[in-house]
Amino acid sequence: MVERIEETGKAHTTENLVEIHSLKKYFNIKKDVTVKSVDDISISIRKGETFGLVGESGSGKSTLGKTVVGLQAPTSGEIIYNGQNVLQLDKETQRNVNKEMQIIFQDPHASLNPRMRVGDIIAEGIDAYKLFKGKDRTNRIYELLAQVGLRPEHAKRFPHEFSGGQRQRIGIARALAVEPKFIVADEPISALDVSIQAQVINLMEELKESEGLTYLFIAHDLGMVKHISDRIGVMYLGKMMELSNSDDMFRNPLHPYTQALLSAIPKANPRAVKRERIVLQGDPPSPTAPPSGCRFRTRCPHAMEICALQEPQWKEVEDEHWVACHLY
Amino acid sequence: MSRLLDVNNLKVNFKTYGGEVKAVRDVSFHVDKGEVVAIVGESGSGKSVTVQTIMGLIPMPPGIIKGGSIKFQGKEILGVSKRELRKVKGSKIGMIFQDPMTSLNPTMIVGKQIAEGVIAHQKLSKKEAKIKAIEMLKLVGIPNAEERYNQYPHEFSGGMRQRAMIAIALACNPELLIADEPTTALDVTIQAQVLELMKDIQKKTDTAIILITHDLGVVAETAQRVIVMYGGMMVESGTVYELFENPRHPYTWGLLNSIPDVEGPEKKKLIPIEGSPPDLFSPPKGCPFAPRCKFAMDICVEEMPGNFEIGEGHLAKCWLNDSRAPKVEQVFAREEEKAIAAGSEK
Repeated sequence: MVERIEETGKAHTTENLVEIHSLKKYFNIKKDVTVKSVDDISISIRKGETFGLVGESGSGKSTLGKTVVGLQAPTSGEIIYNGQNVLQLDKETQRNVNKEMQIIFQDPHASLNPRMRVGDIIAEGIDAYKLFKGKDRTNRIYELLAQVGLRPEHAKRFPHEFSGGQRQRIGIARALAVEPKFIVADEPISALDVSIQAQVINLMEELKESEGLTYLFIAHDLGMVKHISDRIGVMYLGKMMELSNSDDMFRNPLHPYTQALLSAIPKANPRAVKRERIVLQGDPPSPTAPPSGCRFRTRCPHAMEICALQEPQWKEVEDEHWVACHLY
Repeated sequence: MSRLLDVNNLKVNFKTYGGEVKAVRDVSFHVDKGEVVAIVGESGSGKSVTVQTIMGLIPMPPGIIKGGSIKFQGKEILGVSKRELRKVKGSKIGMIFQDPMTSLNPTMIVGKQIAEGVIAHQKLSKKEAKIKAIEMLKLVGIPNAEERYNQYPHEFSGGMRQRAMIAIALACNPELLIADEPTTALDVTIQAQVLELMKDIQKKTDTAIILITHDLGVVAETAQRVIVMYGGMMVESGTVYELFENPRHPYTWGLLNSIPDVEGPEKKKLIPIEGSPPDLFSPPKGCPFAPRCKFAMDICVEEMPGNFEIGEGHLAKCWLNDSRAPKVEQVFAREEEKAIAAGSEK
């Protein structure tokens, strides 16, 4: 493969399952108006890890997830899965690669067809790839239901007969049906109640162990992201702002945006020492007209002159701790 | 402290095709002047129905008030006519809803929506109302208030819309502000802004707040007292300190155990509450939480527990607090140990 500047730096002993190089996804919403949802992002997701992706609404994190699994064609850039450049493969191989990459959606109410029985929803992938037929197919459905903590008789029911948490389990079973290696979980717990969120997270962690999965976990709940992720990437207006392992990110956030995000999490401890909360001023700017230079500069408490003039470079400030900010 | 709101034995049902849903079953609580009371609970626990009943927003039918009383500043407001309700409550209770996009009128400029209430309640002229509305927009931290006055809700961002909602609710200087999940639809950094704003205004104006949320972090940071609801009932209530440090209901333990610890260095396994919330068409005879409760005893299924008084103003509706039940602290501690052991195994 061509030598290139990797954002994750030197060669690692750990193998990369998914590599994204200079990925761009632009949307033309009107004549002359382009939203740069994902703007030149390069990350690598290692085999067996959970990569957490956080950011506010409009930061492009969901677009990134959908583009990686091939639900959208990127504007430019490369997606390397297991050493293969996904976008340059022939149809047949691409289909097989797509089978190994699955996605779980945020809203379990909107992502399941209300007129299909749960068994058929789960078997959609099995049917599309003609993996099992007849009795084997039924058995496979039962097996999947059991894996996500549901019962065989649930296969005959319709989605509306299930609670939010159970529906999310159905979504997970559907993703697992084709034995994927890589799963993008796009805010899988945001629509669920607190007590149910923990159930789904625990299930995802168990499945990761038993099935040897790799996750790209997209969320805006930083607490849960820290809990489940090995490494975390922070996005803002289509750009990656910071990337490090999850402990480092919480102990020593470098980017002012990450610092503000972390200090904004309300702590479930009434006696918590009253920290100086960094309350960001203003709203995120419109993605149609992002600020020049650093995109965060309009809300940044440390903004300098250079921030408006020049886009900060993506650099490794500490070991495996990357940041795009002129302060470093 | 003077009593502002007194809710006693409130029961609300809804008629549906499937039968009658018992949405609120015997809820009693009070709010004093200037305090922040949080109500937490899952969807379907009855928290929103409770406050909507206070506001007189429950459509009847299908809603049926089965009993109870709601007194605001000593005067009954439950079951009185709309006109009387307006007289007693008038401009003294304001409400903020979860989704600012659907609760603002999309065809009316934001400024007018703020001025509307002021004109109706404070008998100001249109001109004076406009000045007041601009003042309110400034108070809630909206820049270029004069310009923003003439804009429509779609020209506002999510956070600004929620600020505009707060401005509407506060324009008449209410004594009580009811905030139903005010930050749930917002991003964390915007949530922080809105919470700071609410705390700030609460301090400045001494308005009492009922804050409905499912985020225990938000509760810990803003409320003085907490009410935990489950299956249409109050299962535990007390000060934030009591509730976070000495919780006495297994559901409260469950809630506290299922949130990840952001500050701790090591990873603790989350302990979820297994099962799903009860069916309120035919709620169980005993404790509504018993089917999901790890500590359920025979009596829990058979008989509804009473409110056990744990300490000053700390109530828990759980049989474990009965003198004949096994010691609660021990049970809780053992579970925690087990959880930690399970976590370290992993």
